[in-house]
Amino acid sequence: MSLSVSLTVNGVAREVALDDPRVTLLDLLRERLELTGTKKGCDRGQCGACTVLVDGRRINSCLALAVSCDGAEILTIEGLAEGGALHPVQAAFIAHDGFQCGFCTPGQIMSAVGLLREGQAGNDPERVREAMSGNLCRCGAYAGITEAVLEAGRQLAERDRAEAA
Amino acid sequence: MNRFEYVRPATIAEAVAAASEPGAAYLAGGTNLLDLMKGGIARPSRLVDMTRLPGLDAIEPLADGGVRIGALVRNADLAHDPDFARKFPAVAEALLSGASAQLRNAATVGGNLLQRTRCAYFYDVASACNKRDPGAGCDARGGETRLSAVLGWSEHCIATNPSDFCVPLAALDAVVEIAGKAGQREVPLEDFHRLPGNTPERESVLEPGELILAVRLRAEASSFSAHARYLKLRERTSYAFAVASAAAALRIEGGAIAAARLALGGVAAKPWRARAAEAVLEGARPGGAIFRRAAEAALADATPSGDNGFKIELARRVVARALALAAAGTPARVPALPASLFAPVPGGLHA
Repeated sequence: MSLSVSLTVNGVAREVALDDPRVTLLDLLRERLELTGTKKGCDRGQCGACTVLVDGRRINSCLALAVSCDGAEILTIEGLAEGGALHPVQAAFIAHDGFQCGFCTPGQIMSAVGLLREGQAGNDPERVREAMSGNLCRCGAYAGITEAVLEAGRQLAERDRAEAA
Repeated sequence: MNRFEYVRPATIAEAVAAASEPGAAYLAGGTNLLDLMKGGIARPSRLVDMTRLPGLDAIEPLADGGVRIGALVRNADLAHDPDFARKFPAVAEALLSGASAQLRNAATVGGNLLQRTRCAYFYDVASACNKRDPGAGCDARGGETRLSAVLGWSEHCIATNPSDFCVPLAALDAVVEIAGKAGQREVPLEDFHRLPGNTPERESVLEPGELILAVRLRAEASSFSAHARYLKLRERTSYAFAVASAAAALRIEGGAIAAARLALGGVAAKPWRARAAEAVLEGARPGGAIFRRAAEAALADATPSGDNGFKIELARRVVARALALAAAGTPARVPALPASLFAPVPGGLHA
């Protein structure tokens, strides 16, 4: 049985024919669309390395069947920078040393982008840490990650204020 | 993961028909089912994708002041719905104390009710498990039982239900709306999950093909909103299952407890409603001594299922602390660390 999946990935319409419904969104991104920025860590929804935005919401792409995402809009780490300029979350991770080895970083950054869109954490470091608990970092860069998310939150809020003015 | 047939029905009737076949399973958020399939613990021959079924994704206020929560409402959307969180704060807190933000964005209301136990022996296909393989035996007996039951267990199964959401739902008399081949029916959430007995493989009252449509809370459940908390003891502050948890809701009138609702999590195969404890509380003035008496009543029937006798006293203390937190009043907003013990407690640190 052939299954056809239509997705908009990083703004580009993609049509993928699948011969097997077992393909996860993560494997589709990495193996069929060659978008290997999204990482496969535990592949069981525990580490957060595979975090992407689906219709604007952060999820674990390892626990989503690609066929079930038919019609969805996907944003991955490859689609975050605009016109060569880093997204404020990306820039803040560099400024605050929010990583060491970098393996978890795409997931951390996509999770942070999702967190800031959710708008629940504000500038409270405790709420940021709690809201990032689904992303593990074995290098232990958590202090920098928290600083980076807070900084990016401030920058995005400032940008929104400037645009509103 | 085994091969399976993928179907995406357009109507509830089509879904029920497709899922009535032996070996079929519903797919919603997939956060538990796909994990189980990757581990070879669940091996459905057909997945019935219910995510496109119409009319199941709304949080509907009811005319009588209650609420109807569609089965496809995502955990995060329910917890962050301002009207829902104001009326049912313990439910919102329980939801936000579970899993991670990514999982809460995907996991659904119906799926939360149907999530499987996190018993390590159920998850390990090399271990004997009556739930996974009826009649095989139970390697959890005599094993690592920190997360195992102390109430309602049987010699065939000592697993616990891992849901946080279901604990306040059981306390607040939620009702589950179900569609099946023979039409629709309703089951109180308290009766939705089964105790293991000698058929631990049957975890709920659902018959083959039956589909959860919605969960309903009555207006009466919102009368506790000023004094309603969820408290969850776990191995780490976030993203961990409960060792023991409690949902406590009080209606305090003229300085006395006019009504009390209490349920425990992490201690049994189902969310454990503690009616005897509620009876102890009703009519009393809130305070440490009466909360401790209620906690003792809640765990009166508890027995260790292994090296987990400590959980009984632990659960008593969680109950007493949850009641103290509820009596102190619902915070204006779910705390930064939802349901955590690591938060200031009015009137002292010890329950």
